[in-house]
Amino acid sequence: MTVTAPTETSAAPVVVDQGPRPAPRGPRPPQVLLHAALVVVAVLTLLPFVWVVSGSLRSLDDIRAAPGAWLPSEVTLDNFVRLFATQGFSTYLVNSVVVAVIVVAGNIVAASAAGYALAKFDFAGKRLAFGAVMAALMVPYTATFVPQFVVTMNLGLVDTLAGIALPSIALPISIFIMRQYASAIPDELLEAARIDGAGELRIFARIFLPLAGPALATVTIMSFLAAWNNFIWPLVVAQSTSTYTLPVGLAATSQAANNVTDYGLMLAGAIVVMLPVLVLFLFLQRYFVQGVAATGLR
Amino acid sequence: MTATSTSGRPLSVQPPRRSRSSGARRRSLIAWLFLTPFLLVFLVYTAIPTVAALGFSLTDLRGTDLRNPFAVEFVGLGNYAWLFSDDRFVRDLGNTAIFVLVGVPLTMLLGFALALALNAGIRRLRGVFRTIFFAPVVTNIVAVALIWQYAFNTNGTVNEVAANLGFAGPNWLGDPNLAMPVVILLGVWRNFGTAMVLFLAGLQAVPEDVHEAAALDGAGWWRRLWHITTPLLMPTILLVSVLLTVFYLQVFDEPYLLTDGGPLGSTESVALYTYHQFGFGQFGLSSAASFVILVMVAVVSIIQFRLLRPRA
Repeated sequence: MTVTAPTETSAAPVVVDQGPRPAPRGPRPPQVLLHAALVVVAVLTLLPFVWVVSGSLRSLDDIRAAPGAWLPSEVTLDNFVRLFATQGFSTYLVNSVVVAVIVVAGNIVAASAAGYALAKFDFAGKRLAFGAVMAALMVPYTATFVPQFVVTMNLGLVDTLAGIALPSIALPISIFIMRQYASAIPDELLEAARIDGAGELRIFARIFLPLAGPALATVTIMSFLAAWNNFIWPLVVAQSTSTYTLPVGLAATSQAANNVTDYGLMLAGAIVVMLPVLVLFLFLQRYFVQGVAATGLR
Repeated sequence: MTATSTSGRPLSVQPPRRSRSSGARRRSLIAWLFLTPFLLVFLVYTAIPTVAALGFSLTDLRGTDLRNPFAVEFVGLGNYAWLFSDDRFVRDLGNTAIFVLVGVPLTMLLGFALALALNAGIRRLRGVFRTIFFAPVVTNIVAVALIWQYAFNTNGTVNEVAANLGFAGPNWLGDPNLAMPVVILLGVWRNFGTAMVLFLAGLQAVPEDVHEAAALDGAGWWRRLWHITTPLLMPTILLVSVLLTVFYLQVFDEPYLLTDGGPLGSTESVALYTYHQFGFGQFGLSSAASFVILVMVAVVSIIQFRLLRPRA
């Protein structure tokens, strides 16, 4: 996964989308056509979402009778009940939440400390440290997961939630977001606290962090997204159903032969996996888009 | 837009401090302390594994050897030689090339077209459209792949629509010729929102008066798009193409979840090959294959840095 670092000079948050600009004069394609095209693409984009909701509300009999139908003949929540009662999804849900909490907490502490140090300290070896962040960004995960697995095994963390979460607790993308934000905070503010005799840790925790609200929000969202949607690494580390996260559990359940026809159940599972992120996205869209625009990474 | 930092140089030149050099040393120490948690994670999960992957790739390490390291033998470049004589690996290189050569342009074109449309005076529904187009980017891939699997089933919804239109739909994911387009389509669906957001940011930076002047000179919409917007957007176009190329070079989730590389290996990417060899316990071979990906990604990243470096 590759991400690009924000520009060194622009301390302000990345300009994402400042709303419509005044329409330029001169000939343009007609607005009606434009809207029609956008609506078509939007409908195509949304189709999978509509279909997953409708399918998850259908009973098994209903699905057997008409596998390709678009709407349930009668609405039932039975699939969701079965998911949690008999398919282990309550365990997967708890595991996903635990992993996400560890990852988010780690990023708030470890990544913001690193980003702050890179922005606010001049020190020997700074280029080296920055190079490490760049390397962490650019080395593809496919290139390292075998030795990562061996390391995890030597740490005794195979098949544990900690083993799943640890590689993500200081994401380079979080470091870049924090570094960019920290550069915008005036040095005078920190200097004043130093003159008052405050220690560096205190300045970081009591002066910088309270000012860094918006950046911390972006870091929280981006690291939650990374933890929640991560698939290949939990797939490698989790070996028993008791440590499966939701995506791994969903993939495993759908591969189980008896679930091939029972797709109402699987679509209900898909909704449980998708919903938390989509709800967050609807309410906190700005942070998602900023995070992606700042880095080009999902 | 150049959202890229190209150098590891210190970011801000700060005025010399009055403090003595012991103070500077102390501050260096504190800075490294702040960086310690990140550096630990970096060492354990990036630096050491990268070096180890290179080491593994030169051995015949197998899953069963992990508890018995002395059985491992050094094979030099043997794994690499084997890979490039393996029909399966060569085929997967070809598949990966298809992912890049078809997926990147499709994703970019769709993202670019939507960004242009949203920027061309759409007012009221602009936010709604942007939300809809960006939603796939944040949606969990396992869940979406599941939906696609059922939708493209022989009895699935897509074929139901086809049947209503009067023709029999194929078994999309079971046909070696049709599986790849469906897998690529999922990749495009998932990524065009990222491209769109980056292009929107780039379009915001195109100065309005250039457009106005060209319009006054009688340049039509297409001419302005081709001669003004596109050249000014070059940095963004480059950035997006590199990001997407790096993504498709490592494509794993889509083929793994939809087809597991099948049918007949027609959708197996190099990343999936790596995972399958890992599953067979062939850690040395798997590491060699993953190093081939690393080299390809590194080459693309270096090109990116060269091209995007600000003119000094």
